[in-house]
Amino acid sequence: MSHTHTDQEAHNKEAMAEIKKVTIILSVFTIIELILGFWMITMTSEALKLAIKGTIVILMMAKAFYIVAYFMHLKHEVKNLIMTIVVPLSLFVWFIGAFLWDGSSFRNLRNNYNPYFKEQATIKVEKKVEEHGAAKHEATDAKHETKHESVETKHEPTKPEVEPYY
Amino acid sequence: MSTTTTASPNEAKLWVGGKSPFNSEYGKVMMWYFLMSDAFTFGAFLISYGTVRFSTNGWPNSNEVFRSFPFAPEGVHAPLVFVSIMTFILIISSVTMVLAVHAGKNMDKKGVVRNMIWTIIGGIAFLSCQAWEWNHLFHEGAWWGANPFLNADGTASTTNFTNFFFTITGFHGFHVFSGVVINIIMLIMTLLNKFEQRGHYLMIEKAGLYWHFVDLVWVFVFTIFYLL
Repeated sequence: MSHTHTDQEAHNKEAMAEIKKVTIILSVFTIIELILGFWMITMTSEALKLAIKGTIVILMMAKAFYIVAYFMHLKHEVKNLIMTIVVPLSLFVWFIGAFLWDGSSFRNLRNNYNPYFKEQATIKVEKKVEEHGAAKHEATDAKHETKHESVETKHEPTKPEVEPYY
Repeated sequence: MSTTTTASPNEAKLWVGGKSPFNSEYGKVMMWYFLMSDAFTFGAFLISYGTVRFSTNGWPNSNEVFRSFPFAPEGVHAPLVFVSIMTFILIISSVTMVLAVHAGKNMDKKGVVRNMIWTIIGGIAFLSCQAWEWNHLFHEGAWWGANPFLNADGTASTTNFTNFFFTITGFHGFHVFSGVVINIIMLIMTLLNKFEQRGHYLMIEKAGLYWHFVDLVWVFVFTIFYLL
């Protein structure tokens, strides 16, 4: 009896040490990510920015590993169970690669063959300061209501408003 | 017979019956598979965000968009500060959840109750932060279909940015909300001695898996929207 009790105690100690260790690792990685993020705000070099973004992604994956392996306890499960979860998730490798490649290819195609799309990326615009979201939404709601009334009374087809193309 | 001779003796013993091959409870295994499918849903959202961002020439600078802070005076900009607080709230609530699961394994009802309460408080705090941020962005003119922000290079931005932001953080917030509801139910069941009667706290472990998954998704959402 006493033997199993001390076994239990040793196991508890070990588990608590693991929780403590993973908590510290997650916090430290998050702080490093934030420091890199703050550093990136004032940065102008695109190449260095890209390198830092890569580092942040690696830290993100490391954090994900620690959460899944230790907090979700997957590392201590039977190997077969781990495999039924991890192997399907490896589809993400193809998933991310193919779709990001597709996205950048679409941008290149549009920049080559759609002059309007390319032009939009060169025109600087002023930021509309006074526009308030809530006020704007209320205004459009009111407009819709009045329009609805006028349609009912006059029985005239109203022209649909042309939305500005962003 | 030929199959058992090729497999190692250990493996053969696992699959001949009379023993749980995954050495895990049915509900827990199914929770893992549910979370795997949920990971694909979130993955699809985030990858479509990446695809659209890669196919667009300009994109708003997240440090200019997410720079507000509650009770900060007008004109004071603090990029990354508020979201880092949200991130730490979720990490800490994840730790208290692990402690609750750990207490459950030791049949320590008091420990489960205490840590579940902390986890629920953390979840509610996170949701409150998110509600404040959404409200603030809405009053700046951002919503589904409305984007008041310009691209980082000063050109006009599409509504893709706000659409993806509100859809993905909203979907994650909904997961946090359901997690909080699940945790409250687990807390009530613990207080009613349900798990003491069953002789195990496996339900806490399953709720824990879900809660950690919510934290896991936030790791990705936080990095992709606020840092990259």
